[in-house]
Amino acid sequence: MSANPASRWGLRVLGLGYLTMLLLIPLVMIFFKTFEEGIGPPIDAITSPDGLHALKLTLLMVAIAVPLNTIFGVACALLLVRHKSKANGVIDAIINLPFAVSPIVIGLSLFLLYGTDGWLGFLADNGIKILFSVPGMVLASIFVSLPFVVRETVPVLQEIGTDQELAASTLGANGWQTFWKITLPSIRWGVAYGVVLTTARVLGEFGAVTIVSGSISGQTQTLPLFVEKQYANFNSPGAYGAALVLALLALITLFAMNLLKRKEDA
Amino acid sequence: MEAGTLTRSRAPRAGLRLPGLGVGSGYGVVVLYLSLIVLLPLAAVGSEAFAGGLGTFWDQVTSPLAVKSLKLTVVCSLIVVVINAIFGTILAWLLVRDDFPGKGAVNAVIDLPFALPTIVASLTLLTLYGNDSPLGIHLAATRAAVVVALMFVTLPFVVRAVQPLLLEMDREMEAAAASLGAGSFTIFRRIIFPNLLPGLAAGVALAFARALGEFGSVLLFAGGLPDTTVTSVFIRNQVESGNDVGASAVSVVLLVASLLLLGAVSLIQRWAVRHDRSSSEFIPTLAKDVGDHGGGA
Repeated sequence: MSANPASRWGLRVLGLGYLTMLLLIPLVMIFFKTFEEGIGPPIDAITSPDGLHALKLTLLMVAIAVPLNTIFGVACALLLVRHKSKANGVIDAIINLPFAVSPIVIGLSLFLLYGTDGWLGFLADNGIKILFSVPGMVLASIFVSLPFVVRETVPVLQEIGTDQELAASTLGANGWQTFWKITLPSIRWGVAYGVVLTTARVLGEFGAVTIVSGSISGQTQTLPLFVEKQYANFNSPGAYGAALVLALLALITLFAMNLLKRKEDA
Repeated sequence: MEAGTLTRSRAPRAGLRLPGLGVGSGYGVVVLYLSLIVLLPLAAVGSEAFAGGLGTFWDQVTSPLAVKSLKLTVVCSLIVVVINAIFGTILAWLLVRDDFPGKGAVNAVIDLPFALPTIVASLTLLTLYGNDSPLGIHLAATRAAVVVALMFVTLPFVVRAVQPLLLEMDREMEAAAASLGAGSFTIFRRIIFPNLLPGLAAGVALAFARALGEFGSVLLFAGGLPDTTVTSVFIRNQVESGNDVGASAVSVVLLVASLLLLGAVSLIQRWAVRHDRSSSEFIPTLAKDVGDHGGGA
């Protein structure tokens, strides 16, 4: 199978050609397209009040959703791995749900739950605004990125076993001491990998956030929503400038993923 | 490591102290978080879908536009998973069995669709294959655009599901077959392919589930013309025009489809473990496929 040079080259051309046409050229195109009319217009668009607000709001989403899902993810993974229970299978299945559900359906679900006729619609009546404001967008971000840390932490926890943890508690360490000094240092790269994936997902989430936010410029617009709005308003430099910022963040994510993967394997 | 496994199987819970409030309240917090974030909102969709009774639900799901969008989505997703099953396997083979300069970079780039925001993907595809296409390929606002956008976002699934299987495959079998006179096609069909099948099936199911619900990458590139409205765009349109029941009804159809696919993945996983196709952790679960198996780079 590998001996025949003709078929080897054929597969290379097919596989790498596919990758080039689908991923590489499009990515390079963003760079060209962004600076087509010089460096000024995209920078003006991103540093416009709406652009800056979108960037800040995106970072706010990350600042809230990522820590929450990280704490939940590690705690949940500890329970699932270190404690055998019949509930584990059900919890595991629910954790996978956000991967299976369309982002649009996720947005719709929050829209219905917190809408005026929704089960939690009374919150809005009492002045707690969820929809078309930041809390709803945060909830959407948490929903879509919920599984990553759990998924990445569970296998690492299984791998390290309990020997060291047991030794620590035999020597008198309490639960928290064991966790900070033994468990967390052993699983840190797995957790970090999950955090990177969570961050990337929150940064780029579009579908779920678009439904709950209303995409109001300068108020409830994250960077991905800003890209869409700029494009719809025929402001190409704005759309491409913001898209380039997101693409650069994606490349950093990709780099971090590979770095952490290597640490984890080492 | 062997000792660790033994200790674990005895699970001496009494000696192991978990941090925090203890196991009972731990479960309480986890269940509360999942209920508030995931279950309650999804239940609201189910409740809304059947708010007008079964008849209304059925009318909404079988309305001509809903059926049209569902058909388009399913057909495009099927085409996409077939294409990516082929190219995904080729790429996995290149990454594991071949050697060429820049292999490490290629391996890293495979995960790009997971890292790149979908709206950015849509914009870039539009730039390359839109009306101002530098290549002269005009796909914008066609069904082909739906297919290309879905190809982009589901590319990593099959590669990452097949790669670890290929990595762990025993090459002696192939050598034996070759020494018995089998040609490369026969070796692929009789030896390699059957060994890759569980990973391939799992990767295809995950890609299919993702394709069914995809929104952002399709939006700008394929647009929302009557002929290119995929189900997620249809649901968005229904929400915008105030038809919450219709949006919810079609959402329930999508939800059930993706749950069935997830169920299929876990069945394949169990089947493969039982038949010991490979080591225990070979089919990436949903998140594990995200660049988890950096093969041979």
